[in-house]
This record gives sequence, structure tokens and C-alpha cells, in this order.
Amino acid sequence: MAVLQFREAIRAAMVEEMARDENIFLIGEEVAEYNGAYKVSEGMLDRFGAGRVIDTPISESGFAGLGVGAAMAGLRPVVEFMTFNFSFVAFDQLVNNAAKIRYMSGGQYAIPIVFRGPNGAAGQLAATHNTAVESLYSYFPGLKVVAPSNPDDAKGLLKSAIRDDDPVIFLESESMYGLKGEVSDAADYLIPLGKARIAREGADVTLVAHQKSYWRALEAADRLAEDGYEAEVIDPRTIRPLDIDAIAASVRKTNRLVVVDESNPFASFSSEVACQVQERVFDWLDAPVLRVTAKDAPAPYAKNLIEYYMPRTEDIVAAAKKALYAR
Amino acid sequence: MPIPVEMPKMSDTMEEGVLVSWLAEEGDAVSSGDIIAQVETDKATMDLEVYDDGVLLKKVIPAGAAVPIGGLIAVLGEAGEDISGLLAGYDGGAGVAHSEAPAASTGDGAIQPAEAAAPPQTTETAEPPVLADAGRVKSSPLARRLAEEHGVALQQIAGSGPEGRIVKRDVEAAIRQAVPGRSVDPGYSAAALEAPAEDAFETLPISQMRKTIARRLAESKYTSPHFYVTVDVDVEQAVAARARINAKAEAEGGVKISFNDLVTKACALALSRHPAANASWFEQEGVIRRHGQVHVAIAVAIDDGLVTPVIRHADRKGLAQIAAETRELARRARDRSLQPEDWEGSTFTTSNLGMYGVEEFTAIINPPNACILAIGAIRDEAVVRDGAIAPGKRMKLTLSSDHRVVDGAVAAAFVGTVRSYLEEPLSMLL
Repeated sequence: MAVLQFREAIRAAMVEEMARDENIFLIGEEVAEYNGAYKVSEGMLDRFGAGRVIDTPISESGFAGLGVGAAMAGLRPVVEFMTFNFSFVAFDQLVNNAAKIRYMSGGQYAIPIVFRGPNGAAGQLAATHNTAVESLYSYFPGLKVVAPSNPDDAKGLLKSAIRDDDPVIFLESESMYGLKGEVSDAADYLIPLGKARIAREGADVTLVAHQKSYWRALEAADRLAEDGYEAEVIDPRTIRPLDIDAIAASVRKTNRLVVVDESNPFASFSSEVACQVQERVFDWLDAPVLRVTAKDAPAPYAKNLIEYYMPRTEDIVAAAKKALYAR
Repeated sequence: MPIPVEMPKMSDTMEEGVLVSWLAEEGDAVSSGDIIAQVETDKATMDLEVYDDGVLLKKVIPAGAAVPIGGLIAVLGEAGEDISGLLAGYDGGAGVAHSEAPAASTGDGAIQPAEAAAPPQTTETAEPPVLADAGRVKSSPLARRLAEEHGVALQQIAGSGPEGRIVKRDVEAAIRQAVPGRSVDPGYSAAALEAPAEDAFETLPISQMRKTIARRLAESKYTSPHFYVTVDVDVEQAVAARARINAKAEAEGGVKISFNDLVTKACALALSRHPAANASWFEQEGVIRRHGQVHVAIAVAIDDGLVTPVIRHADRKGLAQIAAETRELARRARDRSLQPEDWEGSTFTTSNLGMYGVEEFTAIINPPNACILAIGAIRDEAVVRDGAIAPGKRMKLTLSSDHRVVDGAVAAAFVGTVRSYLEEPLSMLL
């Protein structure tokens, strides 16, 4: 086991896969000469050359579409968005072309492409650079959405995403690129998509949380333990396909669920989990499924307001206690 | 405009009230000052008076239902008026307002308890009075499944969740209470077996008073660290003094005093000399308040509970006045006609079980008091006087103190003063 930063784990996954399969290439803004806006692709130009690590103009719709076309032609592109906020100008390429060509061609074309880059909030970025996109992209049948919370999962899941024959939205985080953690150095370390991880076991209340919210949920679990409540923390890791079986099994045990998600609340990941859980394990619920999300408003810029806007540890503790009818 | 009638806050400890009975019918014309219903609070049964003229358009709450403060009880207005908008504003028309909206109705439709409380009415309705919503039993899906699996009737369970929702822990408690079935001899046929004894226990609704006792005394016992100091008081002189006072009262038609009145007076004087014991712990404000006056509450047992009416400025009142007030408050307590001003604002409490022959006991502090005095029975006892055994009269007093406010030495000094007043009753005149 080596201790790697999140960015190093992602790089290791790409380097290992590109060394294994010459059809894989990386394309995006600043990925080559500048070594990546967040130094994720540092050294990759030197190693693989300008034919496989490719700088683009500021033209998300163009290079995302180029990636889809390359995938149709048999290559396996990894397309980096400097942030997923910029993927919105390439929305049609993602949700109509990448997501639907396999279906509309009757399976004649596979689209083995990964769109990756940082997702969601990272401090004072203001409203247009703050969107958490997992709820948005997981809406579309045909797209897979992965959102790891630690370096080990990032490596194992990205390798699986690159090998997947369907388009995968792979979500990272500016504020987590420096996060260090032990990463498996197994020769071919693959974590299957669609498998949740039980990060902490507990019998009293289930907390489902991914990416940054996952770390808030762990803090909340510590605080709940001080009050004698044992929270089970589940990191879904993959947003779609969703490991609803793992979540439902946990709710059968704890009878209570709090979903934490930095998306806005309406028609979001958290509302989807709440809906599926009540469909599956209604008779095991002792309290309504509760959600802790970003506020239902554009993200504010001011430091105090953005902190209030995002899911906070205290909000998770309060929701868990409400679900527990804690007195 | 239809006018809402909401559950008012009728005492400082009230959180909800039970609508005991309706005194007006839908369609009745009512005028400002009319009494339309009676409400049982945690302390008393009180009249609801309307402050507007109009027609009683809807009785939102059935008799027997509990309503939180601010919850909708009734709607007044003009005959035929559309009230659906108003009902929708109260949680879909149910009588339960959103919990974060306290009763703030100061304008139209505001109601408050009538000045003179009527005697309580026995609840004639057969409906369980603690259900929050007429007919519908609120329960979590898990609670329903558990109840079905264990053959427990949800209607028999009091819910502890929001708005009385029955949740898992309530069903589990009900299952634990159920008497386990007797062991079965396999030689008998199944048809001969008795069904599980459904009548093996009795289920009593939890009254508003019991809820308040449960909440306040649990809060007291769990949050204030109690300690106890007991003294054995020689009451020979006090017993003799009381006999003389009452003989005089009888001859002159004055007020007779009880021994408890003597203890009240002794406590009041002792409190004025020990302000540290006449105090309250105010956690939120971050202060200990030493009260500038002595208000002694006296625990009075009544059907289904107890109340603690207050003798105000007891240190400044004579024994005859203390006796008269105590008797009147006890009468009102038994009639359930005490008003908030009768029980609010105590600085100290006494509880007397001497009449039941209890030698000594410990009492739970009545918040926000710092101390409560538990009074035992007067015993005839052999005592040693001047080296010889002689007949004597003794009584045990046990002071429970909140250690956050009062330390052992303060408690000991205070009960020592109470004892010296009772052992030398004349000193109470000084």
C-alpha cells in the first residue's frame, strides 16, 4: 500500500491503463504542456507524447464531441473538463450523443469514453462554478456516474470506468485533490462500478453520503456516537448504477435513513434514494427518510453564506437525531 | 373573513390542551365573551371564551382530542362563508398547527381563559383522549408491522413521535408490557388453548397532568444533582403550642391551624434567613437567582396526580393567614379550579406524607426551586431527657437540595434553622 494524493491516484489509474491499452488517450484544456490545471496529468505528456495527451482550445463542445466520435471509431478517450461546470456548454454531446448513440444504433456502436474532472463546490467559487452535477447526469439513461471519496476508490473506480464500454461521468473535487490515503498497489486494481462501501457500521441510523459530504457524514457519526447513537455510514461510490441493495439492507437494520448530498434538493440524488428506499423497505422505516443537501438556491459567494449553504456536519447530526426521535 | 380560534397558552408549563367538551354547536351564533368549550390543561380545566361575534362555522377538533398550543380548534365567521383557505393554512385542515408557529394571535379571534373557571366536567366521550387527530392513529410503517406481528393493537399505544406518531420504541414498550403467555402442555389440543390474555392489563390514557409530572420531575431528577439532609426534630413544644392556638381559635371562632402550617411558617422564616437556599439555577442565563421574596409551594395530592399551589410571601404572613390560604388552595386543587397565578412563582416547596404514617422520605425538587422539604409523621418516642428516659414527640424532615445551587453546609444550616423554629415555636415571633 502506498500513500497517494487523490490526484496521484487518478494519474496512476490513467497511466496504468494507457500503458496497458494504446487506444486510450487523454484530451482536455491544459492537460499536456501545463501538466493539468490541477496537476492531475503531471508528466503524462513526457511519457505518452503529444499523440495521446492532447491539449485543446477552450471549446468543450468541440473536444467532447471529438471524444464521442473517437469512441465510435474504436478508441477509448478520457476527456478532462477543467471543471464540470464547463461541461454544460457540451451538454448535448454528453446527454444526447454519448448517452444515446448505443441505444439509437441498435447496439452497433459502443461509446467507451470517460468524462472526468472536478465537481461541485470548492470554497468561494460563486453560483456558476459551484454546481454538483451527479444528480443531473445520473438522470440520463445511458450514462454511468462515479463519485469517489478517497484515493483508493478513485484509482480502482477510474480503471474500471476506462475499461467500461459505456460513457462514464467520473467526478472529482478541487478541494479533495490533495487528500492523501492508502492506495492499493495491486497490479490490476479494479473496483466494480455500482458497488457501495460500508465505511462505518452501526445499528441506529444509516447515513448515505459521497465525495465531500462523506467526510462530513463520518464526523457526524463520531458526534452521534458521543450521544450513544451508532450511525452506519454508506459511501455509494457509484451514483449510477446505484447500489440500492446495500442501502436497503442497511435500512432494514437501522430503520432510519439520512441522505447527504451537495446537490440542490429538487429532483436530485437524495430524492432518488429516498424514493427507492420507501418503495423497497417501507415496512422497515420507523421515520421519514430525511435529506441534508445544498440549499435550494444558487450558491452564494460570501464565505459565511457558502458555508451555510452546503451540507454541514451539524445539519447531518440534527437530521439523524430527528430520524431517531432523539429526546 | 373567517376567524380562527386557536389553543391558547393557559399556563407557563402547558404544551397542549385536551378539548374536554364543546359548549356550542356548529351553526350557533356566538358573541364576544361567550364560552364555547372547556379545555383540560396540565393543571386545570378552563373555559374558552371567544372575543368575536359570529357563527361557529366549524368545530375542527372533536371532544377528547389533544391540541398543541396554536393548533386550530374552531372557525368563526359569517354563515356560509368559505373556510377552506383557512383550514388549508393549518396543516391540511387538521387541528394541529405547524409546531414552529406558536400562538401569536393577538387580533381577531384571539381567545384566552375566562376569569372564573368552571368546575371540571367528567369526560363522557368514549374516545381515547390522547390521540392527536380524530380517529386516525399515526404510526410509522415499521411500528405498524411490528404491532401486527406481535398482535398489539395500535389504538392501545400512546405515540411518542411527532404529533403523537407511534414509532418502533412505543410498540416495543407495549410488547414488553404484555403479559407473557403461560407455558403450554403439548397434551392438550390446540383448540383448548386460551387465547393470549388480552385482558391481562389495563390501559389508562396519560392525562395532561401525568404528562407534566413525568416531564418536569424526570427533568429535575436527571439534571439537578440531588442530595439529602435529614434531621429529627423534637416537636413536643410545637405540638403543645398548636393545641393552645387551636383551643383559642375554637373558643373565638378563629382559624384552626394544622401542624403543616407551622412547618410552612418555619420554612418561610428560615428561607428569609438563608437566601442561598431560596434560589434557582438558570442554566440558559448562566446565573443563580436568589429570590427577593419567599413563596412556599405546598404539594397537594389530588385524583390522578398532584399540584403545588403557592403561599406567597409566607415569611410575612401570620399562621392564621397561612392556614386559611392553604385550606382554600387545597380546596381549589381538589376542584381542579386552580388558576395559573395559584401555582406559579414558587421559590421553595414542601411535601408532607406524615398523615400516611410515613416516617421519612425523599422528595424530587420542584423546578426551578433549589430545595424541597419532605415532612414525615410525628412519632411518640422514648427520648432521653436529663439522663432519664421520657415520652417525647419527634418528626423527621428531609431536605432535597440541588447541589448546583446549594452545598451541604448551606442545606445543614437551613434545616437547622427550621428545626430550631419548630423546637422553640415562640422564636417564630421574634
